[in-house]
Amino acid sequence: MNLILFTFIVLLGFTSYYFGRKKAYSIQSTKKRLTALPQFYGYYLAIWCAIPAFIIFSLWAIFEPTIVKLLILSDYSNQGYLDDELNLIYEKTKALSRGQFTGEITPFIKASAEKYLSLRSIAQSSKAVIVLSIIIASVAYAYKRISSNSRTREPVEKFLNAVLFTASLAAILTTVGIVFSLIFQTIDFFKVIPLFDFVFGTHWYPAKAFVRDSSEALDPTMYSDTFGAVPIFAGTFFIAFIAMCVAIPIGLMSGIYLAEYASYKVRQYAKPLIEILAGIPTVVYGFFAALTVGPFLKELGTSMGLEVSAESALAAGGVMGIMIIPFISSLSDDVITSVPQSLRDGSYAMGATKSETIKRVIFPAALPGIVGSILLGVSRAIGETMIVVMASGLAANLTLNPLESTSTITAQIVVILIGDQAFGDPKTQAAFALGMSLFLVTLCLNIVALRVVKKYREKYE
Amino acid sequence: MIKIKAKDVDVFYGKKQALFNISLDIEENQVTALIGPSGCGKSTFLRCLNRMNDVIDICSVKGKILINDFNINDKSCDVVRLREKIGMVFQKPNPFPKTLYENVSYGPTIHGMAQSKQEMDEIVETSLKKAALWKEVKDRLHEPGTGLSGGQQQRLCIARAISVRPEVILMDEPCSALDPIATAQIEELIDELKKEHTIIIVTHSMAQAARVSQHTGFFHLGQLIEHGSTDKIFKNPDNTKTQDYITGRFG
Ligand SMILES: Nc1ncnc2c1ncn2[C@@H]1O[C@H](COP(=O)(O)OP(=O)(O)O)[C@@H](O)[C@H]1O
Ligand SMILES: [Mg+2]
Repeated sequence: MNLILFTFIVLLGFTSYYFGRKKAYSIQSTKKRLTALPQFYGYYLAIWCAIPAFIIFSLWAIFEPTIVKLLILSDYSNQGYLDDELNLIYEKTKALSRGQFTGEITPFIKASAEKYLSLRSIAQSSKAVIVLSIIIASVAYAYKRISSNSRTREPVEKFLNAVLFTASLAAILTTVGIVFSLIFQTIDFFKVIPLFDFVFGTHWYPAKAFVRDSSEALDPTMYSDTFGAVPIFAGTFFIAFIAMCVAIPIGLMSGIYLAEYASYKVRQYAKPLIEILAGIPTVVYGFFAALTVGPFLKELGTSMGLEVSAESALAAGGVMGIMIIPFISSLSDDVITSVPQSLRDGSYAMGATKSETIKRVIFPAALPGIVGSILLGVSRAIGETMIVVMASGLAANLTLNPLESTSTITAQIVVILIGDQAFGDPKTQAAFALGMSLFLVTLCLNIVALRVVKKYREKYE
Repeated sequence: MIKIKAKDVDVFYGKKQALFNISLDIEENQVTALIGPSGCGKSTFLRCLNRMNDVIDICSVKGKILINDFNINDKSCDVVRLREKIGMVFQKPNPFPKTLYENVSYGPTIHGMAQSKQEMDEIVETSLKKAALWKEVKDRLHEPGTGLSGGQQQRLCIARAISVRPEVILMDEPCSALDPIATAQIEELIDELKKEHTIIIVTHSMAQAARVSQHTGFFHLGQLIEHGSTDKIFKNPDNTKTQDYITGRFG
């Protein structure tokens, strides 16, 4: 029903566009000069169709359920029901009307369900009638009003502006919403677990919190020495560090090669190939790390007489580094290429060789951009989850030995939220606290990175 | 004294020929101006003289260019040494994004010309003085070169070019991005520099060529139509094309 109505409105929109344009053409044919191109007259009418439709649809979406509910429950008023019971009755009514009700059907509920259905169908048809008549009225009104000197271009541009603004507002509001949901859960978490214990505690053992029976009262002392985040922060930065040790040199060198040394042909093929690396899903990197690199390192280590865990920070970090190579190489290739050719010419003309030019002129000029790309790489390393979960294990050891297994913030969030979760439980809230810390860390990194990149841009434009 | 002798130089960009059979002698310690409508190959010819066309992949140069009787297109020519001897100043000022000091000391560092910090300081100071920039910048040597005005930046580039005491300085429309006052300063400077250096300047301004040069070559569609003393080219050219160009009938 709604779909048919919607299609109809869209068709109406196209028709009004057509009529608007047609009227503009006919005005034009009388040798009058229009204030805007004929299309604008068309768009103008289409907007007169879209805006009322949108307003009525949203009003309906907001008020219809409330009004229907009020009408249904008015039958039950003054009978001494509590609010909760009324809500339950309403839910039963709705379920029955959809044929999904499984309990005992009382005559009252049955009557309500019938009433519900008839109310809904009245609502639907009145909506259709109202929408269509208002649209037709508004389009007709606008159609009569447009003339050779009416302003159509400005409203159309304003409308577009508003639509685009709304789109970006939606993105921003979602982010704000996510951050707020993080903040409140995090605050609840720190009501039970002292901030000090979280930041400086060296034992992370959320499994201890799993054994709590949720019917018991919450006893904060039970969680002492459970949520100390030091090991996982250390693990996060340690694995990210290993990853960057792989990614920075290789990425940077391949970026320099692509930008300065590779011939046009090589570059044409090599660049997309490297970018394929960026398109591999991280879960594939994950099992590459867990099933290939991890066992290989273990074997290699054993043959050298070293104790290597099958799930090691080295395997996870190394593979993560490979994953980040394309970011660094591609971004630094871009910044190096955007160093103006005139600087290269200036340096060559002084008798500098290629490597001297790169070392003394191009690299310093591109450095801020390169640092920016590295910071973006770091923030990816810190936020990466799958590789760590699969290849470095879930036990939060506090260690700086790359051959042992460690865990990261992201991996621990997975551990905590897999399986049953109870809201309002410190265990679940711990995930939010971790998410919040992760968000803050990557936010700072990204802000710094963007600042640096921007500063670099300003210098050359 | 003839410093540079170009003999039958052809230049190709890919398959397209940009210069045809150019032969031109350039006098030592004088200013030679290259004029002609844009796209006629002046820059291309200038870039042959310090092998800057090597930087362009598709560019190939045929023919002989003798500098001090040595053919720079020969395989045995060391481009690093060549460019030490032949400095270049570009159309758009292109100081490195480094300090003024580092800009000027760039060449001497690369060629290992200074044994001590003191020596380097001296080179920087004399280069800036010769480029008539010293007075304006002596208190801000450690500020970025990109912070100067356009005219100052171009003089900084000249200082950078002369820091390695080149025998020849190539200038490709060095004033085209500058205002009249900065242009006048650079022209004055060119007159001063020719005492110690041989200068070849590409310019699109006829008046400038007449003011600063002793010799002029007129290029058209990749050919050197006419060359000779500036006086002769401007007052009494042999070729009607030159005549037309000089009097502004095409360009
Ligand atoms: N990098 C290049 N690649 C291809 N063609 C070029 C290149 N540089 C110059 N040319 C061509 O060579 C010709 C001469 O150019 P140029 O020497 O720059 O002329 P001028 O400096 O006299 O204006 C022009 O036709 C130009 O299109
Ligand atoms: Mg040119």
